[in-house]
Amino acid sequence: MRHEVRFSGFGGQGIILSAVILGRAAALYDNRYAVQTQVYGPEARGGASMSQVIIDDEPILFPKVKKPNLFVIMSQEGFEKYGKTASPDATMLIDSGLVHDRPECICIEIPATREAKTQLGRDIVANIIMLGSLVAATGVVSAQALEQAILASVPKGTEELNLKAMRLGFALAVPEA
Amino acid sequence: MQGNVACAEGALAAGCTFFAGYPITPSTEVAEHMAAKLPKRKGCFIQMEDEIASMAAIIGAAWTGVRAMTATSGPGFSLMMENIGYAVMSETPCVLINVQRGGPSTGQPTMAAQGDMMQVRFGSHGDFSIIALAPSTVQECFELTAKAFNLADQFRCPVFLMADEVIGHMRERITIPDSVQIVRPKPLQEGMLPFAPEDDLIPGFAAFGTGRKIPVTGLTHNEKGYPDSTNPARHESLVRRLVDKIETVRHSIADYEIVNEEAEYVFVCYGSPVRTVQEVVQRAKTPGTGYLHLRMIWPFPEQLLSRFPNVKAFIVPELNLGMISREVERHVCVPVISAGKIGGELHAPDELVAIVEQLRSGGCP
Repeated sequence: MRHEVRFSGFGGQGIILSAVILGRAAALYDNRYAVQTQVYGPEARGGASMSQVIIDDEPILFPKVKKPNLFVIMSQEGFEKYGKTASPDATMLIDSGLVHDRPECICIEIPATREAKTQLGRDIVANIIMLGSLVAATGVVSAQALEQAILASVPKGTEELNLKAMRLGFALAVPEA
Repeated sequence: MQGNVACAEGALAAGCTFFAGYPITPSTEVAEHMAAKLPKRKGCFIQMEDEIASMAAIIGAAWTGVRAMTATSGPGFSLMMENIGYAVMSETPCVLINVQRGGPSTGQPTMAAQGDMMQVRFGSHGDFSIIALAPSTVQECFELTAKAFNLADQFRCPVFLMADEVIGHMRERITIPDSVQIVRPKPLQEGMLPFAPEDDLIPGFAAFGTGRKIPVTGLTHNEKGYPDSTNPARHESLVRRLVDKIETVRHSIADYEIVNEEAEYVFVCYGSPVRTVQEVVQRAKTPGTGYLHLRMIWPFPEQLLSRFPNVKAFIVPELNLGMISREVERHVCVPVISAGKIGGELHAPDELVAIVEQLRSGGCP
């Protein structure tokens, strides 16, 4: 099964890191194939940032995303630039406090930045909440692989905070669980 | 791992201990990684004032006997041209990574291109030959960089890894072996002059400080290494040798992959467009198509083009307005379709399929 996942938000939210973590989870811990690319513009902070991952059971030849089936959108500008044109059968997770519009495709609203602030005291881990929700809602990688990839990717000393964020993401995506 | 980091890891695995460079998008991660790793291995990382000096520094380092490298992109590559000629003339083994971006001039710093494929071959003045490789996966970034050092030492010439922004910034899983094959230059034999060629047209190498007197100059020189720049026969024999030591073995050192020799429509590709071609030929199984994937572009192994007995047309998708397509064109008698694309994006598979369909229906794309 091939998944094309697109992340967008503003520079500084960890959009690129989210894609790197997801790709790492698939390629190193779920033993599938993954290619991560990004729109690599001059903006380092602010502006619409975008990064994409392809995950497949077979080797990935053409490395660019053609038609994403999964979206993680964390800013209004990111939605307008990279989310609006989502095909109707795609699934989109949005940070519901930061994105005002709603797509026509399947939409899962996750108040990641608000929950990061109120429950964890750090809005910097909102992207990890979104990743947790993405995995809980879609199973694009296994939860164990995601956990290992997060631990391998985040700065030392922040592991516990990030794992809490991941679990919060799981819970927000599947409230009854 | 990112392609640029894989290039640096390939260099480290090959025993590179000297990096001089000047940061430039989209190659900077190569320098960053070398800066982080080299000091811990008693190596030397030095950020120079510009690319002219960077190139000069790696030439000097190579003559101390270490493996030396730099990395850059288009604008920096242009500045390196003069000293690349010096490395050719002085037969200095060194490795240059060019992560190509859109040009001319500062152009598109963050977008992919393959616009330096002729510059690498002909950009420095005078007659010469070089070796240029092009990776199409992150794994190849590692392997071909390591290989570049062996070729540089074996042929005593600058060797180029012509990557592009897509491959340089892409992340994929790679497998790093415990060790890589290392071929150092053959030593200068006792009693041989420092620029006297052996049967393979290549002189043995003695580093500075190893007891031999080695004059090194960019001027036309005799076998002792002394300038002798007004003797036509001397110049002709030296420069022909510098070309021939590489060109005469171009078929035996060729590095390539051929898929479907029976094809009627044959893609000739290198670097990131290989990925699109593989999608079209292998995954989509577009009827009648095959490809020649060149990992080594220069010297150009034109005999490989005759491996396709049924070919009706060659199609050359590259991220420029037609460079290697011209090289293909001058070696074959069938039509060569230049599918050049600029702007920074890869060809989509559909674009290449459309060319094949148009050819099949008798049209000319």
